[in-house]
Amino acid sequence: MNGRRHGQELVRVYVRTGGRVRPSRELGLVTLVIAANAPLQGLDVEARRIAGLCRSQRSLSIGEIAAHLNLPPSAVKILVSALIDSGHLTVPPAPQQGDAPDIDLVREVLNGLRALRA
Amino acid sequence: MSNDSGPAQISYLPPTVNRSAKILIAGHFGVGKTTLVGSISEIEPLRTEEPITQASTAVDDLTQLPQKDETTVALDFGRLTLNERLVLYLFGTPGQRRFWPLWDDLAHGALGALVLVDTRRLDESDAVLAFMEERDLPYAVAVNEFTGARRFPAHEIRQALDLAPHTPLLLCDARARDACLDALITLVHYLAHRLEIRP
Ligand SMILES: Nc1nc2c(ncn2[C@@H]2O[C@H](COP(=O)(O)OP(=O)(O)OP(=O)(O)O)[C@@H](O)[C@H]2O)c(=O)[nH]1
Ligand SMILES: [Mg+2]
Repeated sequence: MNGRRHGQELVRVYVRTGGRVRPSRELGLVTLVIAANAPLQGLDVEARRIAGLCRSQRSLSIGEIAAHLNLPPSAVKILVSALIDSGHLTVPPAPQQGDAPDIDLVREVLNGLRALRA
Repeated sequence: MSNDSGPAQISYLPPTVNRSAKILIAGHFGVGKTTLVGSISEIEPLRTEEPITQASTAVDDLTQLPQKDETTVALDFGRLTLNERLVLYLFGTPGQRRFWPLWDDLAHGALGALVLVDTRRLDESDAVLAFMEERDLPYAVAVNEFTGARRFPAHEIRQALDLAPHTPLLLCDARARDACLDALITLVHYLAHRLEIRP
């Protein structure tokens, strides 16, 4: 990646998020988001790119959004957070797990991996 | 992405998938992390890049915006959809030591780590294992057997790495999908067992 171009992109992101440099909610690299079908008019360039990439019947993780749009994950977290606040994106209605891995999740991962190996 | 192959195909998850989990693929520089992620991911592995000062300062200071020629740290990751509602992401941790500050963010919320080691450079794995232990991140160790590397009996590797008796140790070829899946299964089996005995 070209470092200089990347740096400018990032500066734009910070300017466009109004100097807000912390996401308003706790989002991780693997947090899933889906589009909420709100009109994209009025959104800034990067926010529009993110909202445009997301789909209403499909989910993508924050990490995937960052990779596909060539944006730093930290910037994507800030922008996605704002897009959730503005009603453009939602997190799928589900038990998103907390910080501590729970046994049911771990067992489900184990069963899923075993099924792939079979 | 600015790689030569152009933008990766976007592969969306079905709407039923509403849960995600994360496992780290860790290890020192050049041990085979990217290879392993590529061997088992269902999508072409993806890459994100984060400016390093920003990653290490948690983005709370506008005066620390990236300099012109700043280093970025690349993370590569892959994906496995495990059932109609659950997806697993595998993140290769950056091998170079100066990028380790980024691991903290990566480790947050991870189920555990698969630590790859190379028997020709076992001493380099010490710091990686120490990192996991300091953060209480449970791990299994997979020996990535490189062609030409001397083979050692498991107990010697255990001793050299000072592994706890309960820490799983296995052999793995990072290029072989089934071997990598087996390594992950061993890790997650261990994780489940830990939670069962110590909920
Ligand atoms: N013979 C052999 N070669 C391997 C194996 N795994 C990886 N390699 C080779 O070792 C080199 C390094 O592998 P990578 O997967 O890039 O290692 P990495 O841990 O991602 O490296 P960094 O991200 O730079 O820390 C590559 O040339 C691989 O082709 C293996 O199991 N056997
Ligand atoms: Mg790598």
